[in-house]
Order: sequence, then C-alpha cells, then structure tokens
Amino acid sequence: MTPDDARILETVALTGRYGHVAALAPTDLHIRKGELVAVLGPNGAGKSTLLRAIMAQVATSGDVLFEGERLPRDPRAATARGVVLVPEGRGVFGPMTVRENLELGAYRFGKAGFERRLARVVELFPRLGERASQLAGSLSGGEQQMLAIGRALMCDPKVLLLDEPSLGIAPRVTMEIFDTLAVLRDQGLPILLVEQKAPAALKLASRAYVLSLGRVAACLATDQITSYEDLARYYL
Amino acid sequence: MKTSPATTSERAGAAPGWLRHAPWLIFALFVGYGFAVGGYAATVISFALVYAVFVTGLNIFMGYANQVSFGHNCFAAVAGYASAVLTTAHGWGVAPAMAAGVFLAVAVALAIGLPTLRLKGHYLAMATLACGLISYEIAVEWKSVTQGYLGISGIPPLGVAGYEVTSDRAQLTLLAAIALVATLISGRIRDSRMGRAFLALGASENGAMALGVDVTRLKLLSFVVSAAFSGLAGALFVHVVGYVSPEVFGLHMVILAFTMLYVGGVGSIAGPLVGALLVSLLPEAFRGFKDYQDLAYGAVLILLLIYAPLGVASLFARERTASREKAG
Repeated sequence: MTPDDARILETVALTGRYGHVAALAPTDLHIRKGELVAVLGPNGAGKSTLLRAIMAQVATSGDVLFEGERLPRDPRAATARGVVLVPEGRGVFGPMTVRENLELGAYRFGKAGFERRLARVVELFPRLGERASQLAGSLSGGEQQMLAIGRALMCDPKVLLLDEPSLGIAPRVTMEIFDTLAVLRDQGLPILLVEQKAPAALKLASRAYVLSLGRVAACLATDQITSYEDLARYYL
Repeated sequence: MKTSPATTSERAGAAPGWLRHAPWLIFALFVGYGFAVGGYAATVISFALVYAVFVTGLNIFMGYANQVSFGHNCFAAVAGYASAVLTTAHGWGVAPAMAAGVFLAVAVALAIGLPTLRLKGHYLAMATLACGLISYEIAVEWKSVTQGYLGISGIPPLGVAGYEVTSDRAQLTLLAAIALVATLISGRIRDSRMGRAFLALGASENGAMALGVDVTRLKLLSFVVSAAFSGLAGALFVHVVGYVSPEVFGLHMVILAFTMLYVGGVGSIAGPLVGALLVSLLPEAFRGFKDYQDLAYGAVLILLLIYAPLGVASLFARERTASREKAG
C-alpha cells in the first residue's frame, strides 16, 4: 500500500467563509488510517473553521476526499459516511440525561446495535455509565467533554474530528481524556485533533499542521519537533 | 401516556407518582366544574380549551425545539377564516371545512417556514411577528373574502355528519376531549424519535448538527406540526364563537398564548393545558375586585412567574425541575 492509498481523509484547496469573510484560505491536508493528526495554532487561526468546512457546516469551496471519494457537501451525509465532529463547546444536550444523549448519538441507527456501542463507550468512559440517569447539564466540564466524545463514538465514526477537547477543563481531567484518545488511536480510529494546548496534543499525534491567519503555516512530524520554540514562531 | 426514559423513575429525584398526575386533576376539576355549572363558566372554560390546543402547538415549536415565534396567530387566522368562508359561503360541512383550514395553515407554514427558519433568535421572532401582522392586514383588507372589520357571522357550530353541538355542556365536553387528545399527541411527539430530535435541537443546535441531524428540516418540521395545532385551534374558535373578525387573531392572541405557555410551563407536556385554564380563569376569579381586577390579575401572574419560573406544571415535578435548573 502506498502512503496515498492509506489516506482516509484529505482536503483539496478547501476554503471556509462566514458570509463574505474568508476564514480559511485554500487548505490541503490529509490524515491516514490509524493516525492522530493535530491541528495547532493561535486563536483565530481558522482551526475550528477547518473542521466545520470539512463537515460542510460553513460555506466552502474546494473538495474533501473520504476513502478516495468526494465527501458530500452536506453535514448529514458526511456524518452518515462516518466523518463525525465533536464540536467546540461540546454541544451536549443539557436538559437530557447522559443515556439520552448517547441514544441521540446513535440517532441514525435507531435501536440496532445500540447496546454494543453503549458498552464500548462506557468501557472507555466508565463515569458515563455511573452517571447514565443524570442530566447532562449537571455534569462537570470534563464529564461533559467525555459525553460529547462518547456521543460521537455512538455514531460509529470512521474518522473523528475533535475541536478543542481541553477547553475549560482541569489539567488532570484533560489528561484523562487524552489518555482515552490514545486508546482510540491505538484501536485504529483516525483522529483529527484541533487543540491549543500544543504539548499535550503533540504527545498523541504523529504529525501536526500549524495554522496561522487561516493558512497552513507548517506541517511537521512530531518526532522532528525538538523544541517548542520551533512552534512558537507560528503563534507570533 | 407513554413514559419516556427521560421521565422514568430511574432518573434521580423524580417527583412521586401521584403528584405528577396533578395537572390532569386540575384539568378534570375545571372541566367538571364547567360541566356542573354550565352557562358562562362552561363558555369561559371552552375558550380556555381552544387556547390550550393553540398553546400546545406553540409548545412544540418553542418548548421542545426551543425556537421563537410571535406569528402562530397567522396559522389560526388562515384555518379559522378558511373554515368560516367554506361553511358560510360555499356550504361545506364543518368537519371538512375545518380539515381544509388546517391543511391550508400547514401549507402556509411550509411557505413561511422555508425562508424564515434560516433565521435564529430575535431575528426569527421578528420575522414571525411580521407574518402575524401581515395576516392581520390581509384579514382587514381582503374584504371580498373576509368582510374586513365587519367580519363573518353566521358560522355554524361544531358538529359532524349533520349533528350539531349546540349546548354549552356538549361543546365543553367535545372541546375537553379535543384538548386532551392534543395534549396526549404532544406527549407522544415528545417521546418519539422525532421529539427527541426536537429536544436535541432545542438544547444545542451545534450538538444536533454534529450528530448529522438535519437541523433546518427539523426546525421546519416542528414549525409545521405546531402550525397544524394552531390551525385547529383557529378553526375551533370560529365555530365555537360563530363569528370571526381580524381582531380575533390579532396580537392579543399571541400575548395571551405566551402568558399561558410560560405560566403553564414551557417544554412540559401538560403545561399548556394548565396554563390555558389558569390564565383564562384568573380574571374571572378577580371579577369581585372591580377596578382592581387587572391589577390583581397582573400581580398573581408576576408571583407565579417568580415562584414557579418554569411554570405551574413544574411544581408537580419539583426535584426534576431542580435538576433542570442546575442543568442551566
């Protein structure tokens, strides 16, 4: 298998804009099977827009290829194909229980295979099992992030897009979540991780794209990064 | 009624079973009182039940899907006028005329919803308000059909297959049954797959979108379903009163429905029913205050909203409400 064959998700000159405001210049990046790739950059660099553009949640041009085929420019179709986004701010359904949130994760499957998916999520995040009948809005920030990731896993993703999972979460819980991401990576789930906390993200990722002012400023193999000063210049 | 996992006892802190039946007891007491006394009391409660149908529809859009509409009076007007015109000018039976009215209201909701539901929050509220105002102006100006301010009189009473519901008690019984069925349907909707999607949309549009839920389609669906309830209420109204004019479906209807929805409990199944009955009957309870009637009515509404901010229906599910408040 050539490296290109191993690409599961690829953007080709993908742009994103809000109305007339261009937030993401034409961007080419890719993620291979079983790979965790980090997307780093300062605030306003276009990281979240990149994920939303892949999901066709913002106006875009260019293409997204998934398993070698063009990904439909429709969020619902993209999710149905297996490209699943955990949005910034988690987007948990606060007035509903943890279990109901997870049920909604499997919305498009109905009841088929629900218990199997639920068991997998609870194995990864035992706290969600303990809090199954608790309202999601009453969970801590870290638990809500676990729920958001667990809910996305209920969709049986083939690629997981994560937008700032550490945002507003205590460092200890962040490490717990990142440990689970490492497990998912080791199980072969490709992950595109948008993250501001570069050190934590780089420990997990094999490669990192650095975005600055809506453009890819660098693509680095993490084992080539010897000093965070290498990265700092992109943030300035 | 089917009980969703959201309301099962496994959720910590759910209210005792008997207390959760209190809204239905309130409904039975009011209807029973109206039936026993008859006359004016039965008429007031009948109007409250028509409003209950309207507010139940509004609750699907505003309570479940957490959207905003100041324009559902438009759908009541469309169905009400359609049913009035078809029965008085074209000799249709009441039931088919009402059905046609509701169908037309749904069609209008589709036409309005497709462009306006791209908007959010205050912008959506203003757009729907404009729809309500436009429908009022059409009712005033389209004199060849609506008779303008004069309105349409001689609208036949409710009935089916030649049987007319003319007595106040029979009318009350029929409307109580319709309001109850509307509430039960609303409950079934909330517990259904579609209802869960409405709730998800209401809780987090971004979260719903991330799961591949077609948010635009879902908003439109909740809008159209709620418009069907509003249309039914509008059609019921004209046949209960026997007369329709533009004022019937004016801004007053929107304000009253909002009051009923928030007093009863937005998002709850029985809240609209309880809210419609309480808000309709409170002014009557203060009739003895004469000049201070409105003052007392307003004061009680304020107190209700202070001490039961999630609505009267929430008082019967205290601990769950507390959880929801914590949920923020």
